[in-house]
Amino acid sequence: MSAPVTILYFARLREAVGTPEEQLSLPDGIATVGALVAHLADTDEDKRFAFDGMDLKFAVNQEQADADTPIRPGDEIALFPPVTGG
Amino acid sequence: MPVRIQPEPFDAGAELMALTSGRADIGASVTFVGQVRDLSGGEKLHTMTLEHYPAMAQAELERIEAEARTRFDVQDIEIIHRFGDLTPGDPIVLVIATSASRQPAFDAANFVMDFLKTNAPFWKKEHGEDSGHWVEARKSDDAATEKWQRR
Repeated sequence: MSAPVTILYFARLREAVGTPEEQLSLPDGIATVGALVAHLADTDEDKRFAFDGMDLKFAVNQEQADADTPIRPGDEIALFPPVTGG
Repeated sequence: MPVRIQPEPFDAGAELMALTSGRADIGASVTFVGQVRDLSGGEKLHTMTLEHYPAMAQAELERIEAEARTRFDVQDIEIIHRFGDLTPGDPIVLVIATSASRQPAFDAANFVMDFLKTNAPFWKKEHGEDSGHWVEARKSDDAATEKWQRR
C-alpha cells in the first residue's frame, strides 16, 4: 500500500471540520486537489457542509496550490479559508 | 535571521539597530510595525488569537522576502510575524528594509506587507463581548497585491 496523504485544516475550516489533521490513503483516480476535496465532501456530510459556501484555498507541500494541482501519496495537503495575517 | 515567526513580542528599535549599526552602505531604512487595534468593525476588541500554518508560513515569508530582494535594490529585509494570543496595542508584524537610497526600502517594505497580507498563512480570530469570530479577508488587500503584477 502506498503512503497516505496528510490533510490539514486551519482556522474557521478547522473548527467546522472538527479536526486539525487527518491521514487518508488516496483512492484510485484521486490525483488532484480538486478531486480530493470532492471526494472528502462526498464521503463526509460534515465536510460537505463545511466546504459549502467557503472560499477554499489550498496548499500542497507548503506551497500555494489550486484545484488542478496534482497530488501524490505522501503529500501534505492543506485546506483553509483566505488568509488574514499582518 | 531574515524571517522569524514567534509568539514573543519584538523590539523594533533593537532589530533596526542590529541591521544598521556599523553599516556605512545603508542610506535608508524603512520600518513597518503592525499592531492590534482596540476597535474592530465598531466593536470593542478584548483579545485576538493568531493561528498559523508553521511550515508554510516560514516558507511563504521566505519566498516573499526573496522575491522582494530580486525586485528592489535593497541591502537587507527582515520580517517578524507573531502568533498566539495578543491584546490591543501589541505588535503583530515587523518589516524592515534597508537600502542605499530611500525608494527601494519604501518599495520593498510595501511589497512585503502587500504579499504577506494575501499569501502568508495566518488567520486572526477576534474576541470581544461575543465568543469570538474569524476576521474576513478584505478585497482591498487583494487589490493591493494585484497592483504589483502590472509593474
